[in-house]
Amino acid sequence: MQLTVWTYEGPPHMGAIRVATAMEGVHCVLHAPVGDTYADLLFTMIERRAGRPAVTYSSFQARDMGGDSGGLFKRTVAEAYERFRPQVILVAPTCTGELLQDDPGGLARAVGLPIPVIPLSLPSYQRKENWGAAETFYALVRGLAGRGQPGPRPPRPEGQAPSCNILGPVSLGFRHRDDLVEVRRLLDLLGVTVNVVAPLGASPADLTRLGAADFNVVLYPEVADTAARWLERTFSQPSVRVMPIGVGATRDFVAEVARVAGIDPVPALDESTLRLPWYSRSVDSTYLTGKRVFLFGDASHVIAAARVAQDEMGFNVVGMGTYSREFGREFRQAAEQYGVEPLITDDYLEVEARLADLRPDLVLGTQMERHVAKRLGLPCAVISAPVHVQDFPARFAPQMGLEGANVLFDTWVHPLMMGLEEHLLTMFREDFEFHAEAAPSHLGSAAPRSLEPADAVVSIQADPAATLVAAPAAGDASPSSSTSPSTPGVTWEPEAEAELRKIPFFVRGKARRNTERFAADRGLARITVETLYDAKAHFGS
Amino acid sequence: MTESMAEATEGAVKTCDGVLRERGQQSVFCGLTGVVWLHRKIQDAFFLIVGSRTCAHLMQSAAGVMIFAEPRFGTAVLEERDLAGMADAHQEIDRMVGRLLERRPDIRMLFLVGSCPSEVIKIDLDRAAHRLNARHGATTRVVAYSGSGLDTAFTQGEDTCLAALVPHLPAAPADEGRSLLVVGCLPDVVEDQFARLFRDMGVGPVRFLPARGARDLPAVGPNTLVLAAQPFVGDTVRLLERKGATRLAAPFPFGAEGTTLWLKAAADAFGVDPQRFEAVTGPGQARARQALGRVRESLDGKRVFFFPDSQLEIPLARFLSRELGMIPVEVGTPYLNRQLVEPDLALLPEGALISEGQDVDRQMDRCLAAKPDLTVCGLGLANPLEAQGLTTKWSIELVFSPVHGYDQAGDLAGLFARPLARRALLKV
Repeated sequence: MQLTVWTYEGPPHMGAIRVATAMEGVHCVLHAPVGDTYADLLFTMIERRAGRPAVTYSSFQARDMGGDSGGLFKRTVAEAYERFRPQVILVAPTCTGELLQDDPGGLARAVGLPIPVIPLSLPSYQRKENWGAAETFYALVRGLAGRGQPGPRPPRPEGQAPSCNILGPVSLGFRHRDDLVEVRRLLDLLGVTVNVVAPLGASPADLTRLGAADFNVVLYPEVADTAARWLERTFSQPSVRVMPIGVGATRDFVAEVARVAGIDPVPALDESTLRLPWYSRSVDSTYLTGKRVFLFGDASHVIAAARVAQDEMGFNVVGMGTYSREFGREFRQAAEQYGVEPLITDDYLEVEARLADLRPDLVLGTQMERHVAKRLGLPCAVISAPVHVQDFPARFAPQMGLEGANVLFDTWVHPLMMGLEEHLLTMFREDFEFHAEAAPSHLGSAAPRSLEPADAVVSIQADPAATLVAAPAAGDASPSSSTSPSTPGVTWEPEAEAELRKIPFFVRGKARRNTERFAADRGLARITVETLYDAKAHFGS
Repeated sequence: MTESMAEATEGAVKTCDGVLRERGQQSVFCGLTGVVWLHRKIQDAFFLIVGSRTCAHLMQSAAGVMIFAEPRFGTAVLEERDLAGMADAHQEIDRMVGRLLERRPDIRMLFLVGSCPSEVIKIDLDRAAHRLNARHGATTRVVAYSGSGLDTAFTQGEDTCLAALVPHLPAAPADEGRSLLVVGCLPDVVEDQFARLFRDMGVGPVRFLPARGARDLPAVGPNTLVLAAQPFVGDTVRLLERKGATRLAAPFPFGAEGTTLWLKAAADAFGVDPQRFEAVTGPGQARARQALGRVRESLDGKRVFFFPDSQLEIPLARFLSRELGMIPVEVGTPYLNRQLVEPDLALLPEGALISEGQDVDRQMDRCLAAKPDLTVCGLGLANPLEAQGLTTKWSIELVFSPVHGYDQAGDLAGLFARPLARRALLKV
């Protein structure tokens, strides 16, 4: 057993529902107890879908279990077919259904429906939501795309535009809706036609045409990678795996598409609407230089965002992590480029501990990190699922392509203190309005809170080290100084402590940590004002 | 119910009591969700769900608005090795509880909450609680109950939780006279209002289940009179009756009338003088009527349809029809606890279809055909119904807001009026 309060991913059947709901004419029938219908609200509330998700639950109860729970499932399948008239039905058990060992696949086949019934194997006690989405998409593609011709693909007829499939966008994906518009625009500029987009908006009939494309664009590997690899093998379709997030990656994406399609990349390089490069070079962005950033999310978004953070915003990547264990190898390679230790975990408490330890200037994470960052008083922008209603903005807000790069600049800069504001805070740090605890002026009442005792114990967890993180440092009575755990064996003189408090809160943690390290390295038991400034001189900040 | 409606509900069973009983997909949470408010109410309790990733995901989704407050709940997620018998479930639970209590010495009561998977693989949480009490009972009482969707829907999880507490309640002193026990979670502010009213009437001692602290378990005995504050505490009340307590029958305290009748049931049992009752409740009644008067115009004559959710549906339909002039078309409840809601049922107007259980697809059909002015439903159905042109009220808000008593009557009416007001307001 593993103890948890919040999870980055739901169970694997959640991924199946996300795929089915994204598509047209696909319906998912789950062998599930009554309460599992809660999943519906994620679609109707978070994504504000006008329709119910494409799923029906057998809703068994205790009284069914001694009796004919299999019969109940068969009736559910038959009724779901009658009502929704899908072209394909997916069947699977949820975690409790799995324990009944009723064999939903066999039961559904026995109903004798005139449409394909695809049973999914979703081991609820081993796997999670993204894996479930990938497996579901793969099962659909394998079941419907047909058989390819052995050997290399025949050359494209003269004069025919190259075509591709876009694979990966689903329901409840992070900005999938808008990314797709942006990527279609890039492909259109290149003269590449889009054969099929899947799962989002695709029908089972569309999946039968997948093999006709010249290549695949793997937009979201977490969902599409398994299916794309099968398509590579079956139809000899090459895959474009560059995720066009940020300026450099968008240019790489265009180049890669052009290479795979054997066409000229120039038409797509019209960058007249691209603002990120100039905004980043303009002088008021100087204050972004070297901001220490920590990233967490699904593997592909974090890897892509790290590149933007370092190369295009001038940040310093001080840590990165992912909950996508399936992409651990790729992730480790990426982390190596930035010289940071990758954090691969699905325990948010470990992430919280790392955040509290690193005290970055900016967190780029999921909604979970947004909450943690809020509690720790750290600025944060969201870059990855799991999603929240705020991640479905009314406006067009892609992450990918040229407009995506513009959006990233705005979104990541927004939580930070503006350049001059930061300087003024340092100069007049005890001003009654402009005090050290003040939030960036454009963020209204979103003042970062110190860690209060009520919030101190966040939950229970296996790692005792995280206790330190969650609880205010012992003997550290002042709420404003509880932002960092004290180093044992080093004591602050009251004057030094007071001087430390004059340092703006967003760098105070770093100053405290550096000073304590400086003192510890020199065997100093007490930190004076002199020690504080000696440490500042030593570390150069 | 008319013949044509009976045809429209083919496959369902309409019993001789006029209630439509349906079996099918239920768009209702399981009982685990009760943890979301119970852990706020019992301030030194921790709820440890023994379940799956789905349970944790449900709690996170249902409790979305409270995310990252200080949760005193968690899920012990069963993994492959637990199912394969490589790990002993009871050892795992002991290990987890030991570590948890070490870290949270402030916890005085620990609930082990059973889920669908823990029930199917037959982890005996009662036995675990018994064993853990032997070890930790001096400081922390350990109690097991089921929030599984196999036996409980939504608010029934509170009933199973409170029912599990009944055996732990101390016996009332033998020489104590009558006492009143109010059963069902109420927001603290409402509880305090009721406590003041009872005090002013001279009704007492008054105790509440659940109490705010684990150490304040209310005493119960043969002279205890039980007044349910929530319609979903049927099992708890039955167990209290088995301990010798006497149940008072009353409509539930929603609106001016409901609150007055509810208080009156207690007042009469304690022999409170009618004049005194009037003097104590008069100001509250007047305030409630005044508040309702402001809303009545916007709801009067409007047709309302309830999807099943919290079991509050029947008392609320009674309130809406008698105090605000609304016309209930269908009143769905996940479970009809006839004994507790009989006084409310008796006050419902003729013509309202009462349905128990759910086949959500059929019920959607009925709802769309009936075209009610206001539909009360869960979060999974609200936007889809709005998109079809209906006006909806999220039922979960009725569970998560203070709505009982005189001084919340206006707020309660406002919850129903707001969606209609908003629809009238928007010009887009």
